[in-house]
Amino acid sequence: MQLADSLRAEGFGGRVTLVDAEAGLPYQRPPLSKDFLAAGGTPELLPLKARKFFVDTKIDLIEANPITAVDRREKAVTLANGDRLEYSALVFATGARTRRLDVPGVGLGGVHHLRNADDATRLHSELDAASTVVVVGAGFIGLEFASAAVDRGLDVTVVELGPRAMGRAVSTQISEHFRTLHSARGVRFVFGQTVTALEGDGERVSSVVGGDGQRYPADLVVVGIGVEPNDAAAAEAGLRTGNGIVVDEYLRTDDDAIWAIGDCARFPCRHAGAPTRRESIQNAVDQARTLAATLARRPTEYHHLPWFWSHQAKNKLQIAGVPRDDGPTMVIGDVAAGKFSVLRFDETQLVCVESVNHPAAHMAARTILAIPHSMSREELAVVDFDLKQAAKLVRSTERID
Amino acid sequence: MAKIRFHHSNGNTDVLEVPDGTSLMRAAVSNGVDGIIGECGGQAMCATCHVLVHDEYLGHLPSISEDEDEMLDCTATERDSERSRLGCQIEAGGQLDEIAVDLPESQV
Repeated sequence: MQLADSLRAEGFGGRVTLVDAEAGLPYQRPPLSKDFLAAGGTPELLPLKARKFFVDTKIDLIEANPITAVDRREKAVTLANGDRLEYSALVFATGARTRRLDVPGVGLGGVHHLRNADDATRLHSELDAASTVVVVGAGFIGLEFASAAVDRGLDVTVVELGPRAMGRAVSTQISEHFRTLHSARGVRFVFGQTVTALEGDGERVSSVVGGDGQRYPADLVVVGIGVEPNDAAAAEAGLRTGNGIVVDEYLRTDDDAIWAIGDCARFPCRHAGAPTRRESIQNAVDQARTLAATLARRPTEYHHLPWFWSHQAKNKLQIAGVPRDDGPTMVIGDVAAGKFSVLRFDETQLVCVESVNHPAAHMAARTILAIPHSMSREELAVVDFDLKQAAKLVRSTERID
Repeated sequence: MAKIRFHHSNGNTDVLEVPDGTSLMRAAVSNGVDGIIGECGGQAMCATCHVLVHDEYLGHLPSISEDEDEMLDCTATERDSERSRLGCQIEAGGQLDEIAVDLPESQV
């Protein structure tokens, strides 16, 4: 959506066709694990754009008709219904799909994965009748869902393979802070636990069986164990893939006419210092804007700073930058009041800031981190670790350069 | 129903009739009004739904939260100390059955 929107905004006047696997207007996904699950009535999807937008901008939206094959020589794609579309530029923005929990019983009623509108609608419809929930996975989706479930008065246990919450993405301080917040609201956590089976009572799930034999009663199970990139069509077309469609700094694949952006793209990330596939709104939106500039006017490298947010247990977590595991950290702000940030360093340089209810610090961090190596721990100490001040310095240095 | 007038920086105006309780951000995005983005979907986390409320409506606005206040310091177009608000935090309807706002030059 962003790509199509930005193409027109950049003045691209050629044909733009969006091929969507889902039916209906493209919609916002973040609310699906949050407000969408609240009690009451039929929740509404939030469209990214109104129907009128497609008419005004002459963008073709093809619904519920994913591509099934790419003919790179002829520069054409085949759709599920057999239609064939020619292209001068093909962009994969196919996103990712939920990793399925591959254990006996996963097909029982009451077991849910959560990614798209259908998933969320089905889940919402079962929440009224549910009472005992097990969440498999203490990542962002699992914890946001756990939060919504607690808000609905449900009993919640979170079973996680790793040693801590959001282990892939956050520091131990943030893991611990959120574990405490969720626990205070009644969520039970089991860490270092695998799930080996789901048991049913007839057609519906009745318990989750852990690797150590422990049984967790559940009449509703939500699985949040990550996603896999939708790169199959690209791979079949002979493009390089491997945890995503491989692209260069221009977001271009090995084929001059084919590009990839968003959750499905593996790109060289200077902030991570390695090829990366990022799962976030920011990444999708910024890559789309950058690619639109490339396609409409001139080649533009993608180097935006990754940032991310999550809303859990009535608290806002915002993350700017990419951490180095096990680097030194430092906390600023007021932990007791629940408004603080964890500064994460890579030996000497600030590389990531995790903010809890600390939006100004987060926004300042984004300014600072946008330029790699712009702030060392020493330089921050000079301004007493006041990120707003540091951001001002970075901005003024930029202007002089 | 409530009426929202969006005044664009180029002089154009969009007028919308929306159900009571619709935020200015949601109204703009759902109805294809340019100049408001709402990247975070209305969570007061991105400052891309910045609006400048016309003087005659300032007295009817909900009070500004700490979070909104901090985010307004981060808008792409400089904040107006009196009139700047986040569009996702203002709902049309009730005391605001009519509201007019200016849209800033840029949201990003």
